Amino acid sequence: MVRFVVRVLRAFAVLPLLLLLGGCDWAIISPAGDVAVQQRNLIYASTGLMLLIIVPVILATLIFAWRYRAANTTAKYDPDWHHSTQLEVLIWTAPLLIIIALGALTWISTHVLDPFRALGRIDASHPITRETQPLVVEAVALDWKWLFFYPEQGIATVNELVAPVDQPITFKITSATVMTSFFVPAMAGQIYAMAGMETQLHAVMNKPGTFQGLAAHYTGAGFSHMNFKMHSLAPSDFNAWVEKVRKEGTGLDRATYMNLAKPSEQEPIHYYGWAERGLYQDILNLCAQPGKMCQSEMMMIDANGGGGKNSEANYDRLKYDGAMTEEGHEAPGATFPASGRPPNSNVQPEGMKPRPLSPEVNGQKSQGDDGQGHNMQGMPGMTDGKIAPAQLDKN
Amino acid sequence: MFSNLDLQHLILGRFTLEAIPYHEPILLMTFAGVAVGGIALLSILTYFKVWGYLWTEWFTSVDHKKIGVMYIVLAIVMLLRGFADALMMRTQQSMSFGENQGFLPPHHYDQVFTAHGVIMIFFMAMPFVTGLMNFVVPLQIGARDVAFPFLNNFSFWMTVGGAIITMASLFVGEFARTGWLAFPPLSEAAYSPGVGVDYYIWALQIAGIGTLLSGINLIATIVKMRAPGMTMMKMPVFVWTSLCTNVLIVASFPVLTAVLALLSLDRYVGTNFFTNDLGGNPMMYFNLIWIWGHPEVYILILPAFGVFSEITSTFCGKRLFGYASMVYATVVITILSYLVWLHHFFTMGSGASVNSFFGITTMIISIPTGAKIFNWLFTMYRGRIRFELPMMWVIAFMVTFTIGGMTGVLLAVPPADFMLHNSLFLVAHFHNVIIGGTFFGVMAGTNYWFPKAFGFKLDEFWGKMSFWLWTVGFYFAFMPLYVLGLMGVTRRLSHFDDPSLQPWFIVAAFGALLIAGGIGSFLMQLFVSIKNREKLRDLTGDPWNGRTLEWATSSPPPAYNFAFTPMVHDLDTWTDMKARGYTRPLEGYKPIHMPKNTGAGVILSGISTVIGLALIWYVWWLAALGLVALLVCAIGHTFNYNRDYYISAEDVVHTEAARTKLLAGQV
Repeated sequence: MVRFVVRVLRAFAVLPLLLLLGGCDWAIISPAGDVAVQQRNLIYASTGLMLLIIVPVILATLIFAWRYRAANTTAKYDPDWHHSTQLEVLIWTAPLLIIIALGALTWISTHVLDPFRALGRIDASHPITRETQPLVVEAVALDWKWLFFYPEQGIATVNELVAPVDQPITFKITSATVMTSFFVPAMAGQIYAMAGMETQLHAVMNKPGTFQGLAAHYTGAGFSHMNFKMHSLAPSDFNAWVEKVRKEGTGLDRATYMNLAKPSEQEPIHYYGWAERGLYQDILNLCAQPGKMCQSEMMMIDANGGGGKNSEANYDRLKYDGAMTEEGHEAPGATFPASGRPPNSNVQPEGMKPRPLSPEVNGQKSQGDDGQGHNMQGMPGMTDGKIAPAQLDKN
Repeated sequence: MFSNLDLQHLILGRFTLEAIPYHEPILLMTFAGVAVGGIALLSILTYFKVWGYLWTEWFTSVDHKKIGVMYIVLAIVMLLRGFADALMMRTQQSMSFGENQGFLPPHHYDQVFTAHGVIMIFFMAMPFVTGLMNFVVPLQIGARDVAFPFLNNFSFWMTVGGAIITMASLFVGEFARTGWLAFPPLSEAAYSPGVGVDYYIWALQIAGIGTLLSGINLIATIVKMRAPGMTMMKMPVFVWTSLCTNVLIVASFPVLTAVLALLSLDRYVGTNFFTNDLGGNPMMYFNLIWIWGHPEVYILILPAFGVFSEITSTFCGKRLFGYASMVYATVVITILSYLVWLHHFFTMGSGASVNSFFGITTMIISIPTGAKIFNWLFTMYRGRIRFELPMMWVIAFMVTFTIGGMTGVLLAVPPADFMLHNSLFLVAHFHNVIIGGTFFGVMAGTNYWFPKAFGFKLDEFWGKMSFWLWTVGFYFAFMPLYVLGLMGVTRRLSHFDDPSLQPWFIVAAFGALLIAGGIGSFLMQLFVSIKNREKLRDLTGDPWNGRTLEWATSSPPPAYNFAFTPMVHDLDTWTDMKARGYTRPLEGYKPIHMPKNTGAGVILSGISTVIGLALIWYVWWLAALGLVALLVCAIGHTFNYNRDYYISAEDVVHTEAARTKLLAGQV
C-alpha cells in the first residue's frame, strides 16, 4: 500500500522535470516579452493553486479504489453511511477557498493585462517613464497573409513584423476579410482581428530574436500558412531595417493593395517603402476599394439624423462583403457549386499553391453571383439577369 | 416575369450531375463500399423477411425503451463516421511537416474537421445521452412510457433526418469548411457560398427540432409521471441530472434554432445580421451561438454525472454519499451554465471587467462540480467496490475528468486564455472533458444498462480490452496536445513548418490508433456478447444487485415496464424493497392502457429531410411542396384517434407467469 502511494507520488514528481526538459523552445513557457512572461506566471500560479486540490483528489480516488476493493474484506464496510455534515462543509469550502483566491488573482490580472491598456512597465525592473514613446503598428489580416503598417515610419510590410527591443508596441488590429486572431505567442496573448472594427494590443519585446507569429482563428483554405516571423532587434538595427525597407521597398497604393487583398497563400515577404496616406483608416472603414463609402461617413450621416430614403442610393457603395467574388475571385470558404471546382476534388481553391498530390489550382474565373443573396435563382420572377455562368468548365 | 427562365434551374435548382464526385476515386470507393454494404444489408433484411418486423416493432415503435436503443444505435454508427474523420486528421497532422504536405489538401482537411465536430457533438454524443435518458428515466421513476410517446418517436426520426443530411454531403456536393460552429463572416454567403454551410444549417435545424421536443417530453415525464411516493428528493440522481439536462435543452436549443435561422436569412434572402458590412455584426453570432453552446456542454456532461452516481453507489454496495448536496450541485451547475458563455471568446476584446466577470462565474462552476467528485469519492469510502466494467469506467472518469476540469479552470483565467485560446491546449481540454466525462459516462452506462435492455450481460474480456485501449489511448492522444498548446501551436492547421513538433503528433496519432482499437473492441464486445448470449443470460432482472426501480422488473422489461406501479418509500427504492422482503404480486392483474405504434414520425421526418435537401440545393418547388405535405401530414395525424390500446389482463398474466417460471428456475 505505502509502496504504491510512493510510486504514484514519484510519477507526479517527474512531471515538472518534463516541463524543464522541453522548456527551451516552448513559446508560452519561455516567452520573450514582458506581457507573455506575466501571462505565463499567471498560468503557473493558477495551476499551482489548483494542484492543491487536484492532486489530493486523484490520489484519494486511487487509494480509496484500492483500499475498498471487494476482495479486501478487512476494510470497514458501512453501507448506510451516506452523510457527514463536517465532510459536506469541507467538500464545499475547500474548492470555494481556492476559487476565491483564484478569482481575486483573475480580477487583478485581467485588469492589469487587458490588451487595450497601455503598458505600465518594460519589464519587472523598468517602469514606463514619460519619455517612453511606443512604436505604433497597424496590422491588417488579409486572405491568408498579414499586412503591417508602420505609420510613424511611413512604411509597410507583408508577413514580416519587426520591432525594437524594450520599446512598447501599440498594435491596432483589423481584418479586411473574415475574422481571425493576431497572435505572437512569445510576445503576448492573442486578440481577434475583425473587419470594420479595431482591436488593440499593447506589448513589448525584451529579448532580441526571431519568433513565430500567426493567425490563430481559422480563416479558410490558406489558413495553415497564414503566419509570419516577428524579429525583435536592437534599436539601431531596427532603424537600419527601416532604412532598408525604405530603400528596397516599392510603394503601396490603393491599386497595389487591392491586388494584394486577393486570396493567396504562402505569400512571400513584401517591403513597401511608402504607403498611401490614410490607407489603413480606409481599410478599417471598409472603403479601400475606390468608389466605396466609408463607414465613418455613413456613421456621420446617421449621427446627423440619417439620410432617409436617399440613403438607398448608398447601398451599393456601402456593400463590402463579396466584392472579391463579384470580381470573379473564389471566396475563402466556397464549396460546390459556387467554388467552381468539382466537389471533393483535388483541385485546390484559388490562391493556393500546387501540392504534390493536388497540383491543380482553381484559376481566377469570372463567375459572379451564384444566386445567393437576394437572387433566388430558378424562382420565377426572382431572376434579375445575374444568372451564374456554368462554373464547372475546366478550360 | 418568366423572361429569363431556365428549365434545369427551375427543376433541379443548383443541383447538377457534377455534384456527385464520381471522378474522385477515394470517395467513389467509399460510396461503392457503402452502397455494396447497404445493398447487402438490405438484401439480408429482405431475405430474412425482417422488414415488417423492423417497421412494426422498431421504426414505428413509441416504446421509450426501443427508441432509446435506436438512439444509441444511431450514435454508434455516427461514432464510426466521426472517428474516421479523427483518424484522418491525426494522420495528416502527424505527417505534414516541412516539405511534406500530407495526404489531405487543406480544403478537404477543413471539411473533415468541421464534419468531425458536428457529427461527434450533434449525432454521436447527443443521441447517446438522449438514448440513455430515454431508456432509463421512465424505468427509474416507475412509469410505463414517456409523457408523449409519439413525440418521442418523431424526435428520434428528426435526429436521424439531420444525420442523413450530414452524411449526404459526403456524396452529393460538399460539407461546410468553417469549423463546427460556422462562425460568420466566414460562414456568410459572401465568404462561403455553395452548399456546404447550407448542409450544416439544415442538418442542425432538423435535428434541433428533435432534440428540443425530446427535451420537453422528458421534462413532462419526470415532473408528472413519477411513481406514487417518489417526491423530488427521492428521485434517483440520474433522473435529477436528466431533468436538469432537459431544462437546459428546452431553454437553450431555441437560441441555436434562432441564430441559425438568422444566418440562413443572411444567406438566402440577403439580410445583414452577421455580415461585416451594412450594419451586420458577426460578434452577435458568437454571443448567441455560445449562449446555446455553453449550456450544450452541460447537456452532454450532466447525464454522465448521473450515470456515474448510479454506478458508484451500486458497485460500492452503499448509499450515495451526500444525495442532497449532489442534487443542489446539479441545479447550481444548471443555472450557472447560462452565465459563462463569454469565456469562449475573451479574446474578442471585451473590457477587463466583463472578462473577469465571466472568468469568475466559470470558476464558480468548478465548486459544485468539485463537490460532486468528492461525493463519489466518499461513496467509495467504506464501500465494497466490485470492479466490474461500469465501475472501471467510473474510476477512469474520476481521474481523467479531474485533469480536464483543472485545465478548464485555467482557461477561465482571461489573461491565460489569451495565450491558450484557439490552441491545441484548448482542443486537448475539451476532448479531455467530453471523452473523459461524457464518453466514459455513456460507455459506463451502456455496460451497466445493457443487461436491462437485452437480458444478457456484455462480454467481460472485450469490454476490458475496450476500456484499456480507450483509456490509455486517450492519454496518448491528448496529453501531447496539451504540450503542443504550451508551445504555441494552434488548432485546425493542416501543415506545420517546424519539424521538431512532429514527434508529439506521432504520439498523438498512436493514441488515436489505440482508440481505434478501443472502438473495434467495443464492436467486438457487442458481437461476442450477442453470440454468447445464452451463457451471459441474466434471468433475475437484477444482475448487479441494483438499487433503483429499473432493476425491479424483468430484463428486458415487458412493454408495460411494471405490471403494478411500484410504491416508493425510500431513495434507493429497489434496495429498500429488497431489504423489506419484497415479493412479486402474482395475481390481481388489470388490463394496461398503452399507446399504439404509428408511422407518422418516420413520415414527417422523411418529409422534413426532403425539405432540407431541397432548400440546400435551391429546389424551391420541392421545398414548397414538402412544406405543404408536412402540414397536411401533421394535421392529418391529429385526426388519427386510433392511438391507444389495452394489453389485456390475460396477456399480463401470461407475461408475468413466464417471468415467475424463469425466476423459479433461477433459485
